[in-house]
Amino acid sequence: MPTTTRNARPPARRITLLVATRKGLWTLVSDTARSRWTLAGPRFLGHNVHHAIVDPRDGRTWLAAARTGHLGPTVFRSSDRGRTWTEAAKPPAFRSGSGRTVDHTFWLTPGHASEAGAWYAGTSPQGLFRSTDGGATWTGVAGFNEHPQRKAWCGGDQDGTPDGPKMHSVLVDPRDPKHLYVGMSSGGVFESTDAGADWAPLNRGVRADFLPDPAPAFGHDPHCLRFAGGNPDRLWQQNHCGLYRLDRPAVDWLDIGGSMPKRVGAVGFPIVAHPRDPDTAWIFPMDGTDVWPRTSPGGRPAAYRTLDGGSTWRRQDKGLPASQAWWTVKRQAMTADAREPVGVYVGTTSGELWGSRDEGRTWRCLARNLPQIQAVEASGG
Amino acid sequence: MIARYRVRIPSPLRSYTRGHDEVIVTLPELSPDHGPPLRAIIAALDSSFPGIRFRMVDEQGKLRPHIAIFLGPKAVRDLGTPVAPDTDVMIVAALSGGD
Repeated sequence: MPTTTRNARPPARRITLLVATRKGLWTLVSDTARSRWTLAGPRFLGHNVHHAIVDPRDGRTWLAAARTGHLGPTVFRSSDRGRTWTEAAKPPAFRSGSGRTVDHTFWLTPGHASEAGAWYAGTSPQGLFRSTDGGATWTGVAGFNEHPQRKAWCGGDQDGTPDGPKMHSVLVDPRDPKHLYVGMSSGGVFESTDAGADWAPLNRGVRADFLPDPAPAFGHDPHCLRFAGGNPDRLWQQNHCGLYRLDRPAVDWLDIGGSMPKRVGAVGFPIVAHPRDPDTAWIFPMDGTDVWPRTSPGGRPAAYRTLDGGSTWRRQDKGLPASQAWWTVKRQAMTADAREPVGVYVGTTSGELWGSRDEGRTWRCLARNLPQIQAVEASGG
Repeated sequence: MIARYRVRIPSPLRSYTRGHDEVIVTLPELSPDHGPPLRAIIAALDSSFPGIRFRMVDEQGKLRPHIAIFLGPKAVRDLGTPVAPDTDVMIVAALSGGD
C-alpha cells in the first residue's frame, strides 16, 4: 500500500488558489510563508465558473468550466498558468438525438499521471465526459452516459438538487487509470474498473433516509467523495445523510459521523483529505435540519478535523466569526494544499475566502467581497 | 446567386466576433422567395466564428432558453424557418435572470 508518512516535508513554495465564483475566476497567490496573499482577477467576468483546476502533471495547464445566464456551457483552457485562455473547440455535450442537454459542466478532474492530456468532466444533469487533448475536445463516456441503467440510477434530468442534478467527485485511482469512482447527486457512488466501459453502484451502508427504502442500492446523495491522502484504498464521503469511510476492497461504507456533536450534526457539502495522512480529513458542517438552510449551524462556522479515520472529530474555529455568520460552503469550495503543515482553505457563498496555514488550528480571512464562491483549488504546494 | 444577411450580435457573444456588433453572412440562394433555413445561417456564422453556435444552440439542435432570434420584426425559435435573402437577423440575449 503506497502510504507516505507525515514526516516527508515538502519544500516551502508559494500557493496559488484558483477561486471559481458565480461571476468569474480569481486567483490568490501567497508568499512562501503563506502569510501574504495577492488577489488577481477577474477572468471571465460575468461567467458562472463552477470549477477551475490546475493540471498537477505539468503545473501550467489550467481548465475552467463556465457558462453565463444566457449562453451555453463551455470549458476554457490555459497552457500558460492563466495568462491566456482558449475555449474548447468541442465542449462537453450529450449525443445528438439523445434528447439530453448539458446545462453546465460542474466538475473537472485531471486524468491519470500516465495519460498526459487526459481529463474528465462531470456535468449537470449527470454525464461523464473525457478529453484526451488537454481539454480542447470532449467526448461522452458512453459506458456511463448510454448505460441502460443510467436513468434508473440517476432519475430524470429535472430531478435532484435545487440547481440541477450533478455528477461530481470524479476520482481516478493513482495506481490504475482504468479504475474510476464518481459521485452523483442524485444517484450515489459508482465504480468502474474498465476505464468507464461499465459501472456498478457502491453504496452499501450509506443511508438514504429521504427515500421510501432507506437502504437502496442507488439513488443516494453523496455530496463529496475524496481519496484519503497516501492511500487510494480509502475513500472519504460527505453525504446528505452523514459521513462515511470505505476501506477497499470492502464494499460496506462505515458511518463515521456518530461522534459529531448532535447540535452540529454530520451534514455538509465538502470533505477534504490530508494530502499524506490517510487518517486525517476536514469537513465544514452545515445545517441540514428542517428546510435545510445549508448554513453554518447556529451561525457559528467551524471546520471539524479527524486524526483517527473518523472515529472522533474536533472543532476548529479559532479566528472564524463567533456568531451571526451564516455561511454556506459548497462541495468544491474547501481544499488543502500539500505543504507541511497543511494549509486548509474555505470559500463561502458570501464571497469570503478563509485560510489556515496550521491544519485548521487558526483561521484568517484572505479575501472578501468576491462573488459567490463555487470552488477553491490549491496548487503549488 | 448569393443571399446576404446582416446578423446583429448581442454583447454576450461579441467575444466570438472580435467585438463586432454586426456581421455579414453570405449563403448560396435557394430561390428568390425561399431562403435557406435559419440553422444554415447559424452554421455559416459558426464557420466564421468557431464556438458561437454551441453557446446559442444546444446539442439537440434547439435554441437555448435565454436566446431569441428575430427575423426582421418576427421572433422565431424554429431553426428550420426559411430566411428570405436580405432579411435582418437579430440575435438577442433575452432579458432574464436577476442575480
